[in-house]
Amino acid sequence: MSGDHSPRLPERDRPWMMRTYAGHSTAKASNELYRRNLEKGQTGLSVAFDLPTQTGYDPDDELARGEVGKVGVPISHRGDMAALMHGIPLDEMNTSMTINATAAWLLALYIVAAEEQGVAEEQLQGTTQNDIIKEFLARGTYAFPPAPSMRLIADMIAYTVEHVPKWNPINICSYHLQEAGATPVQEIAYAMSNAIAVLDATRERLGERGREVMEQVFGRISFFVNAGVRFVEEHAKLRAMSILWEELGRERYDVQDARHLRFRYGVQVNSLGLTEAQPENNVQRIVLEALAVTLGRDARARAIQLPAWNEALGLPRPWDQQWSLRIQQVLAYETDILEYPDIFEGSKVMEGLVSELLDGARAEMAVVAEHGGAVEAVSYMKGALVDSHRERIRRIESGEQVVVGQNRFGESEDSPLTADAEGGILVVDPKLEAEQVEAVRSWRAERDQSAVDEALAALAAAARDADGAENLMIPTIAAARAGATTGEWSMTLREVFGSYRAPTGVGDAAAVAPDGELSELRAEVSRLQEKLGRRPKILVGKPGLDGHSNGAEQIAVRARDSGMDVVYEGIRLTPAQIAASALQEGVHVIGLSILSGSHRELIPAVIDALRDAGVTAPVVVGGIIPEQDVAPLREAGVAAVYTPKDFDITRIMRDIVELVGAGAGESSVVVGSAANGSA
Amino acid sequence: MSADGAALGARLRERDLGAAPAALNLIESTAPGDREQAAALLRELSPAVLGGEAPAHVIGVTGPPGAGKSTLLSALLHAWRARGRTVAMLAVDPSSRRSGGSLLGDRARIDFDPADSGVLIRSTAAGERLGGLARATRAAAGALAGAFDVVVIETVGVGQAETEVAEVADTVAVVVQPGGGDVLQFLKAGIMEIPDVLVVTKADLGQIALRTRRDLSAALRSLGSSATQVLAVSSLPPASGVDELVDALEAHRAELDVAERRLAARRSAALTDFTIEHGEQGLRAIGGRAAAQATLGAADPGLDLAALVAMLERSMS
Ligand code: B12
Ligand SMILES: Nc1nc2c(ncn2[C@@H]2O[C@H](COP(=O)(O)OP(=O)(O)O)[C@@H](O)[C@H]2O)c(=O)[nH]1
Ligand SMILES: [Mg+2]
Repeated sequence: MSGDHSPRLPERDRPWMMRTYAGHSTAKASNELYRRNLEKGQTGLSVAFDLPTQTGYDPDDELARGEVGKVGVPISHRGDMAALMHGIPLDEMNTSMTINATAAWLLALYIVAAEEQGVAEEQLQGTTQNDIIKEFLARGTYAFPPAPSMRLIADMIAYTVEHVPKWNPINICSYHLQEAGATPVQEIAYAMSNAIAVLDATRERLGERGREVMEQVFGRISFFVNAGVRFVEEHAKLRAMSILWEELGRERYDVQDARHLRFRYGVQVNSLGLTEAQPENNVQRIVLEALAVTLGRDARARAIQLPAWNEALGLPRPWDQQWSLRIQQVLAYETDILEYPDIFEGSKVMEGLVSELLDGARAEMAVVAEHGGAVEAVSYMKGALVDSHRERIRRIESGEQVVVGQNRFGESEDSPLTADAEGGILVVDPKLEAEQVEAVRSWRAERDQSAVDEALAALAAAARDADGAENLMIPTIAAARAGATTGEWSMTLREVFGSYRAPTGVGDAAAVAPDGELSELRAEVSRLQEKLGRRPKILVGKPGLDGHSNGAEQIAVRARDSGMDVVYEGIRLTPAQIAASALQEGVHVIGLSILSGSHRELIPAVIDALRDAGVTAPVVVGGIIPEQDVAPLREAGVAAVYTPKDFDITRIMRDIVELVGAGAGESSVVVGSAANGSA
Repeated sequence: MSADGAALGARLRERDLGAAPAALNLIESTAPGDREQAAALLRELSPAVLGGEAPAHVIGVTGPPGAGKSTLLSALLHAWRARGRTVAMLAVDPSSRRSGGSLLGDRARIDFDPADSGVLIRSTAAGERLGGLARATRAAAGALAGAFDVVVIETVGVGQAETEVAEVADTVAVVVQPGGGDVLQFLKAGIMEIPDVLVVTKADLGQIALRTRRDLSAALRSLGSSATQVLAVSSLPPASGVDELVDALEAHRAELDVAERRLAARRSAALTDFTIEHGEQGLRAIGGRAAAQATLGAADPGLDLAALVAMLERSMS
């Protein structure tokens, strides 16, 4: 074959950037982990923050209880950031931070940490996720209402374009939408609509200057996408996204330069489909999903991070994450995928899939636009996601969608992988929380308080100014330098901007068509209603900072479809709020959902609060609850515990109805007496 | 075993707000034993026993879904608490499915302090209603009015709902969102009774809210009813117009002959309840609507709703 017709590239492509989403316990412990990962051939950092840092609370805040250092690293001030990046040259490193509501603050801390290393801000490379619309829709770590949140984002973009030109100030995420149940069409349409909202807000914020720099702004927007196990269609989705993106750039923002029009994305592959049952099968799933984002050169990922085989069990240990890094390395260095031009070019199937997705996405984008754009359409999109997820679960329950090892091929030998005492997961030392509480208090005691007060007052003044004359990044960086804390920064802004609760989406989910099992259950609920005198009423509660709402939403919707009255108030409630609602609503049963790993602290706290309120209704719990924690929870008074392997939700409902039936006849509110707990 | 209704009623009368959740459980129940106890509870709070009408200001808030009622209640709650009023809110949720179950979503919009014992929020499903406002909601409002300073009922609907809620509320506020044409049309066409207060929500949306407010005022004027206040309110932070609304609600109550309105409401509700229970046929058996109204009109003003219905039932035989 002549050189011209060689099916190969003249030169093998360079691999994508390989990352591991990591961080836990303390800044120091996470720094050690990062340095080891870099030694193993990882080529960029991906920082996981703990939930208090993500939602703007210090470790000693009441709302941080049980969450400090759990699912990520706690970063309260510039000292923590310096420790996290200690010995890592920030002029060379490319750092991705999964940070949203508090993104401006964490970027400021990063800039100050670089300053302390002698690195100027214009040299910094990396990404702040900074996508608030998807926090409202799927991820839950928001802090401020929509309008001021969009202002913060626009300010960050405006600032970085000017001063930190190699920084990706925002990563528009479709990843989390798929994790919340989105179909490929929804994933594309909502991510693109979101990007439009951000770009429009930025253009408006930049005013006159906007016309000059919009081209660069557009070029700095990158995406964070998902890839599920239906990897052929998923690849088509990425091709469709790059077509839409280019179109958007040309038509809506008048971008000319081809470099700026390129659809740049990083990936975390699908985790929602990773199972608790036979968890070793997750490795196959992860490999196939990685193919979706690497096979076709025209739509290949810039950066990849992969979940671990034990995703549905709990937090991965360094060894588990190493396994996932090695998957990427085998793909990049052993296989031949990097040796070819785009292998799907000219494929009829691929073209057909892409045009199908484009049609669907354009239609759905038009619906969002009719609602007035992505910010105004949050409630609509949330409802649509909950409904898609309801449908996904229905297909799995009915067996229409096969999940190997879960709803089919369930018989299994004992697994040696989960045989250790901890059940094959990382358990963060609960004592660390107290240490972090001490640490932040002594930080506050030792700094120049008047400098901090001044800086925060300046921040408040800039935020209060209705015209927004000053870019909020300026006083934010000044506050970081002065030694303010994460909680102080966010409280200052909360006081000006107010707080917000995102819509829950559950009211809009369609009712499931009752199959035999559900009809039977409804009849049972009617019988129970006779006995109780009232329709069985359930409170579905989400204590703590945990934003994993999927499970609670689907439980709420199914409880309704079983014939119950359901009170669901959304995420991020305190134990006291849950207890007050249970009491006032006169519910017959309380269902708590926790996936963040803080169940050991928060479930007993809710039970105590219920007891103090005089509520005797039984409590059931669901979520990521490791086997070894079930017995202590039951001792604390929990009647039943459910985990992802209990995928048949109607069956869970039947248990709950039975549980309520067993206690029927007793009043659910007894003032001043102790809870009877488990049934 | 049923809770002791008379004891709970007495506690509410003594303004022991902690008795409210258990009282509501009883009032909502259809179990025969509970209904008896609930009747005993309500008797403890009848005008005769109270020696007058229950002291609370009972407010009905009604309007189309999505108009911003629950969010407005959240803002009102804080305004009332700041003035030291205890507040009970009954949210009647429209969501209800063939399964009979419902997702009660209003509560999620109302921001409250769980440590504040001066607040109670209770959600019920509209699905249970037969004709009028859920029987239990009316009874609940009546009972809570003996204990709280303010009792609010949130219901959904235009054209019918205000009439139903007027059977229990001293003041009816109809909530409209900017551009909400239904209410305007219904008012003009006389399908809807003129509410005591009209609220245009989402004032932060600007021009369109102002225009809606202007259109409503104009419609009221042309109907010769310029006394009704039309207020524009924004419930999201930074809220605006909320204190003015609190004042307007209070001004309406101050002008009102509460005893007369409550008495008329009880009589009208008794007729509604009787008709739901016994149908048109039952109504004929007592000599028709006018005769029933005459019977009710002659009744002791201290009787509670249940006693009035029982009176009509006695005249059946
Ligand atoms: C989807 C997902 C997400 C989505 C959540 C979308 C949403 N709106 O819910 C997104 C991408 C946003 C997300 C984000 C994060 N996630 Co996540 N996520 C998952 C994942 C993959 C699936 C969870 C899920 O939704 N399953 C589907 C639902 C239907 O199942 P379920 O909730 O388990 O519910 C079932 C049962 O548990 C039970 N149940 C659940 N609740 C209730 C309640 C009642 C009353 C009853 C009766 C039953 C019941 O019944 C359900 C039916 O089967 C899990 C891993 C896994 N595969 O399980 C990780 C996982 C939960 N996430 C994890 C982490 C760490 C995070 C982050 C905190 C990461 C970070 N540092 O930022 C973030 C932040 C989120 C936040 N704000 O709190 C960890 C938690 C670790 C731990 N517990 O120790 C997990 C376990 C992954 C891992 N191994 O690291 N995540
Ligand atoms: N912009 C704006 N939106 C509001 C306001 N009040 C309510 N909303 C929004 O309107 C929607 C419906 O509100 P809700 O209180 O649930 O309405 P309800 O169905 O009448 O109870 C929600 O998305 C609210 O956030 C307001 O004052 N301004
Ligand atoms: Mg409402």
